[in-house]
Amino acid sequence: MAKPMERISARLRATRDLTPDVRLFEIEPDRPLVNVTPGSHIDVLVPTDGRPQLRSYSLLGPYTDGLYRIAVKRLASSRGGSAGMWRLKVGERLTIFEPRNSFELSYGRPDYLLLAGGIGITPIYAMALALNQANANFRLLYAAHSRRDLALADELTTYVGERLQLFVGEEGQRIDIGSEIAQLDTRGELYVCGPFGMLETAKQLWSQAGRPTAHLRYETFGNTGGFADAPFKIRIPRLSLEIDVPAHRSMLEALEDAGVDMIFGCRRGECGLCVLPILEASAEVDHRDVFFSGEERAMNSKVCTCVSRAASGCVTIDTPDRTPDQRHSSKVS
Amino acid sequence: MNAPKPFPLNAWYATAWSHEIARELSARTICGKNVVLYRRLDGAVAALEDACWHRLLPLSLGHLKGDDVRCGYHGLVFNSAGRCSYMPAQKTINPSACVRAYPVAERHRLVWLWPGDPALADPAKIPDFHWNDGKQWVGEGGTFYQLKCDYRLVIDNLMDLTHETYVHAGSIGDEAITAAPFEVTHTGNTATMTRWMIDIEPPPFWGRQLARPGRVDRWQIVTFQAPSVVVGDVGVALTHTGAPQGDRSQGVSGAFLAAISPETETTCHYFWNFVRNYRKDDAQLTSELQRAHVYGGAGVYDQDHRVLEAQQAAIANNPRSPFYDLNIDAGALWARRLIDRMLADEQAPVSANVAAE
Ligand code: FES
Ligand code: FES
Ligand SMILES: [Fe+2]
Repeated sequence: MAKPMERISARLRATRDLTPDVRLFEIEPDRPLVNVTPGSHIDVLVPTDGRPQLRSYSLLGPYTDGLYRIAVKRLASSRGGSAGMWRLKVGERLTIFEPRNSFELSYGRPDYLLLAGGIGITPIYAMALALNQANANFRLLYAAHSRRDLALADELTTYVGERLQLFVGEEGQRIDIGSEIAQLDTRGELYVCGPFGMLETAKQLWSQAGRPTAHLRYETFGNTGGFADAPFKIRIPRLSLEIDVPAHRSMLEALEDAGVDMIFGCRRGECGLCVLPILEASAEVDHRDVFFSGEERAMNSKVCTCVSRAASGCVTIDTPDRTPDQRHSSKVS
Repeated sequence: MNAPKPFPLNAWYATAWSHEIARELSARTICGKNVVLYRRLDGAVAALEDACWHRLLPLSLGHLKGDDVRCGYHGLVFNSAGRCSYMPAQKTINPSACVRAYPVAERHRLVWLWPGDPALADPAKIPDFHWNDGKQWVGEGGTFYQLKCDYRLVIDNLMDLTHETYVHAGSIGDEAITAAPFEVTHTGNTATMTRWMIDIEPPPFWGRQLARPGRVDRWQIVTFQAPSVVVGDVGVALTHTGAPQGDRSQGVSGAFLAAISPETETTCHYFWNFVRNYRKDDAQLTSELQRAHVYGGAGVYDQDHRVLEAQQAAIANNPRSPFYDLNIDAGALWARRLIDRMLADEQAPVSANVAAE
């Protein structure tokens, strides 16, 4: 159970485009905040067309000059958050929340492998700099679709030099995760941030290599999946409800919007508190959580509503609501 | 932001005697951080945040299980790096689940902990406390855990030994201390108070240690290492035998050692020892010296203990900006200046790595 978060008003001090669709934002909180450790993120209340939406962004490097730096990729399908960020003008005010770290870096390991895919470079960037400063033994493998998508690659080259290796997908370069794991010291740690597929592969190869689960560290803000975000329908026979989930809303948000009583914890696919049973699905369910095991996901009998969605069509689900009058009383928008 | 704390976090603090950390969970608070310590199977000490990720139950109430700690409430297991390695009733482990692991190192028979930014925890910065190793110098030592005063009051106490005359009359106290001039020097991270008392009657304690008739030269060379270690080179030698010039062969040398770790803003753990380099195999002398310092309220340090706690209580009751300073406080003021400088450095902005413009 998270502590209630304190709103902090802030100002967008400057921006810079790192790539055609990744923009760096420098955010200046009105009052000085604590320093942060690598892997930390802030939550930003992002203005969108509808109501503002809460989005988590990893912080780039230490907070030492009173500014928080984040990098945001403009995504057609990121549930409206990135577009809202990209519309912000320098000087505009915004609301943020105190930084937290759920992707903490361990110091003192004999060896580290950092794996970044696309915009997943943001927390990894801060880690690479910190490890470099600590004179640690590490390698950073960073993959993106095209050369110009490699945000922060120049900065990284300057700071960590040879420890960085870049992989450009459209030039046929791929990270051989399996052999990289094999080269890592047996007491080493692997940190991953990237698309869901990269994480899944890394997890699989990590456990096949017999490495301790606790030494694979990853973070996912649950905004990528096997399919692009598309609208779909939810049906809840118990409550006689039918709900539309727009492309830019999560299932959990749509359920809450419709007045369905939900509990949740992390809202990023980790804790399993928002899970509901699937009764029937007309299309494939795109499981984007890290709560279920591979086998559980394959059974397709439950869904993490905060991050997972249907590729299209309709999913029929159940809720734990056993109120005697099964008719749902809240207004349905 | 909260008012800055009076202690730097980016520093090594003595946290336990090495022999106190074994295959069981021990709790300590250092600089306001609750920590659980234990010894891993390979002999290394581990230090974790003493609050379970799940519902904050102190992990020190749980159990050691190999190199891991099992929480005593719902059974989450954390490894010595603070990573959760087991969660009940689910097939996966929430990747966010972890507790902070603090850098720790063992040196000079003590366990040192770094409560600040782990990236800066360089073992080369552990204070020089080699007198405590039990080799060239011997002494038993102990700890006043949870001494009820700001750690800086202990530093003040040790950096000005004129108090010996009044607090420790009859043992190491002597009017000569207040009469002799002293000199205070400093470097970027040390402050040293030097006092020589030439051609005096030895005070009772030192007379017994020397066990030779005659007047003596007595020295007190007390060095502070920021932020919280004090080592006092003390002793006497027969007068006119060249001790001030460096020949201590006609005397006896001891050292008082103090590593003072803030527990909270108004409490601290005071790791102390009194060591000597003469009659090193004399176990009876070792225990006599131990009792001379701490002995059910009658030792020299027991006397300081009483003064320090009473002083802290008075500070709380007297809202005036705490002290007026005297000439004798020069050593303490330099020590506090070095602490303040560390605090300022910790808060100072440094340039960032990526900028928008
Ligand atoms: S709220 Fe934690 S998994 Fe959905
Ligand atoms: S409080 Fe530790 S497992 Fe629940
Ligand atoms: Fe004293």
